Amino acid sequence: MIDTTVADLSRWQFALTAMYHFLFVPLTLGLSILLVIMESVYVMTGRQVWKDITKFWGTLFGINFVLGVATGVTMEFEFGMNWSYYSHYVGDIFGAPLAIEGLMAFFLEATLVGLMFFGWDKLSKVAHLATTAAVALGSNLSALWILIANAWMQNPVGSTFNPDTMRMEVTDFAAVIFNPVAQAKFVHTVSAGYVTAAIFVLGVSAYYLLKNKNVGVARRSMAVAASFGLASALSVVVLGDESGYTLTDNQKMKLAALEAMWETEKAPAGLNIFGIPDVEERTTHNAIKIPYVLGLIATRSLDGTVEGILPLVAVAEERIENGVVAYDAVQKLREDPNDISARETFEASKRDLGYGLLLKRYVADPRQATKEQIQKAAWDTVPNVPVLFWVFRIMVGIGFYFIALFAGSFYFASVQQSAPRWLLRLAVISIPLPWIAAEVGWLLAEHGRQPWIIEGVLPTFLGVSSLNAGQVMGTIIGFTALYGVLAIIEITLMLRAIGIGPYGHKATKPAGAAAAMIDR
Amino acid sequence: MELPLDYPTLRLIWWALLGVLLIGFSLTDGYDLGVATLLPFVAKTDAERRLAINTIAPTWEGHQVWFILGGGAIFAAWPFVYAVSFSGFYYAMFIVLAALILRPVGFKYRSKRESKTWRGMWDWALFIGGFVPALIFGVAVGNVLQGVPFRLDGDLRSYYEGGLFGLLNPFALLAGLISVAMLVTHGAAWLIVKAEKGPVRDRAAAIGQRTALATIILFVLAGVWLAVAGPGYRFAGEVDFAGPSNPLRNAVVAEPGAWLGNYKTYPLTMIAPVVGMLGALLAFLGIRAKREFPSLAGSALAIAGVISTVGLSMFPFILPSSLDPNSSLTVWDSSSSHFTLFFMLIVTVIFLPIVLLYTGWVFKVLWGRLSTEEATSPSSY
Repeated sequence: MIDTTVADLSRWQFALTAMYHFLFVPLTLGLSILLVIMESVYVMTGRQVWKDITKFWGTLFGINFVLGVATGVTMEFEFGMNWSYYSHYVGDIFGAPLAIEGLMAFFLEATLVGLMFFGWDKLSKVAHLATTAAVALGSNLSALWILIANAWMQNPVGSTFNPDTMRMEVTDFAAVIFNPVAQAKFVHTVSAGYVTAAIFVLGVSAYYLLKNKNVGVARRSMAVAASFGLASALSVVVLGDESGYTLTDNQKMKLAALEAMWETEKAPAGLNIFGIPDVEERTTHNAIKIPYVLGLIATRSLDGTVEGILPLVAVAEERIENGVVAYDAVQKLREDPNDISARETFEASKRDLGYGLLLKRYVADPRQATKEQIQKAAWDTVPNVPVLFWVFRIMVGIGFYFIALFAGSFYFASVQQSAPRWLLRLAVISIPLPWIAAEVGWLLAEHGRQPWIIEGVLPTFLGVSSLNAGQVMGTIIGFTALYGVLAIIEITLMLRAIGIGPYGHKATKPAGAAAAMIDR
Repeated sequence: MELPLDYPTLRLIWWALLGVLLIGFSLTDGYDLGVATLLPFVAKTDAERRLAINTIAPTWEGHQVWFILGGGAIFAAWPFVYAVSFSGFYYAMFIVLAALILRPVGFKYRSKRESKTWRGMWDWALFIGGFVPALIFGVAVGNVLQGVPFRLDGDLRSYYEGGLFGLLNPFALLAGLISVAMLVTHGAAWLIVKAEKGPVRDRAAAIGQRTALATIILFVLAGVWLAVAGPGYRFAGEVDFAGPSNPLRNAVVAEPGAWLGNYKTYPLTMIAPVVGMLGALLAFLGIRAKREFPSLAGSALAIAGVISTVGLSMFPFILPSSLDPNSSLTVWDSSSSHFTLFFMLIVTVIFLPIVLLYTGWVFKVLWGRLSTEEATSPSSY
């Protein structure tokens, strides 16, 4: 049996470092694209104000980018440090997208970002634009490969367990790369990044307009952000990643949990817009339902069934029983790799091997498990229902609010040519919201994956390194202190750069005034 | 599906690619680490510091990807090595990561404010971000050469039974010093190439000569140590080069002096240590004469030679275990599956040349000596 304190601490550490890393990623994803748009306008029109706009947002991009890079380094090694058995168990598959990310995407982004900042006087306009575009392409491709890796944890396709090496090995790389969960996640995550950047640009520009500073830059930036943001916000909601939620038992469980839907409903299921999930009673009080909607978005059909938590637990129980058979076969094959009957049993039951391993939490040898322990393990497959229920609603609520905000901004910035002050104020106070939505989104996806580190394959508590709690605690404290200090410095510098603005300390220096004149 | 390359060949190729990655990292990010380590010694005034920093500012970010790619490639091709080494060297890895995290923020944030305390603080951060990883990488290699106290159980879960301070033994510290001397030499050579003529370049030349000599002396010392008191491991029985990746299937015994065995069996491998020493000698002469090409070519050859020497001495071992030699990770039993190695090779063959191509283009654009004037302009760090 494994000490779950180390597993819990390792989870805290991963959540902490990954969520911190993801404070910087979405802005990089979206702002890089916005920079390409802004610089394209500069290259096409040749007007200085667009170069000023690009350089100004580029400065903010840079402050954010370095912390994304710095904290990303930790992620690349954390699997080996804290999740050693996981790394051995799935490295054959999971390592590949990480390595490809480095080779295909991160190299491109990181090598050219230097020229993006230092190359203004060394490159032609078009070559510099190409550099900016390469940085944007690199960061977005990077997201693609990381999400392919993450999606495989949610839906582990194209692989099988090899008893000779005691690990999962790849059978079909195409299936790993074209994993439908990866596609849904990629579109959803990248669009969310675009929304983040659009809100950021919108909010900062609104701040300038309220202060009547840098008006030329702010109005143009706002117009770009509003249209780009509107398209992206629609894409986040319409192409949300619920579509991947019908593929596997755990994904189904996640869907049932975020809906706090205990029993299977007649298709198409309704969507709870409010309710109080009760884990003890296994029911949801005061539920307010919109009929049909859940069935429609989850199954994209009128007759697809969305399964409830209770029937899914019953499925898990059966799979655990079958998993014990698979575990037994693996032990026999370890003794004698040529045992033909054990090989046959294994082939027939290997799909549920991971379910058998869930029992290791209660008993060292799953074959010795009692009926009670099996039932307990089956209930372990239910993630934290109230947490998932609420974080989902926070995320979706913010998503719909953004559509309204961008639509309003787009109408006033493009059609009316000027936005009312209440809208500008709303845009400023909305700046933190995309980060909140992104963080709760990840909480939903990864907390909802529990108890699995690889869905149906390896329980989280088995994935850890053979460390003691003190060691993991030590690095948690270390990372928290370091990251905390850097966060304060980052925000200070960001606010300072926004305060200084595109034209230096005095807001209406000649260049700024001239730009504002051209503007009108 | 029948793959066009057999399993042993792919394992050998990926062992070589592991070397290519380590050398690629040391050749590129190595001089960034070296310049950062040299920062307090070669640059005294703020203008001098900015000159030194801006010789590496536009390119260090791309170079660091070699480190990240190293992590990813070891994960993909040598999952056992990834799982055992990073969890075993737990605090050492944490210190390296913390130091490397200081680096990007040091570069980017240092010149955002005028304050002397602010800039002094980031200069320290940059020094730590250069010196500490350079030292620990060497210390880690020194420990790997002696064998690492880990064992694998029947589920192939790894247990590490040594502490942070166990890593700081005399031979490992010697290896750490070689790493620092080698990378500081490389950093000094870079400053000779890139910094304008003046005090920074002069001081770099003065230090670089000494570290180049130190590299040769320490490297010979380490070789003598390996020959006299040195550790070593070898297989105890027959090995199936195409067998499944399960380290416990092959019996291994510790045999002092075994690390020199490959040089007797394959005399051609002597090229690696010879290149290492001649490279360092060339770097010494080049830096002494302040000649750009021999300085940088010499320090690059020294790095390539020294790293190759380590790999060739240990071959086919990658991570020997001092606690339970049978758990040792070798080329023949700790790789990914045949299919993954093949797939990743295809990806590498396609994308590595592209990476080298645009990296080359960036160097071409940034070609030329950096002046203090440019280094202290508002658009520089």
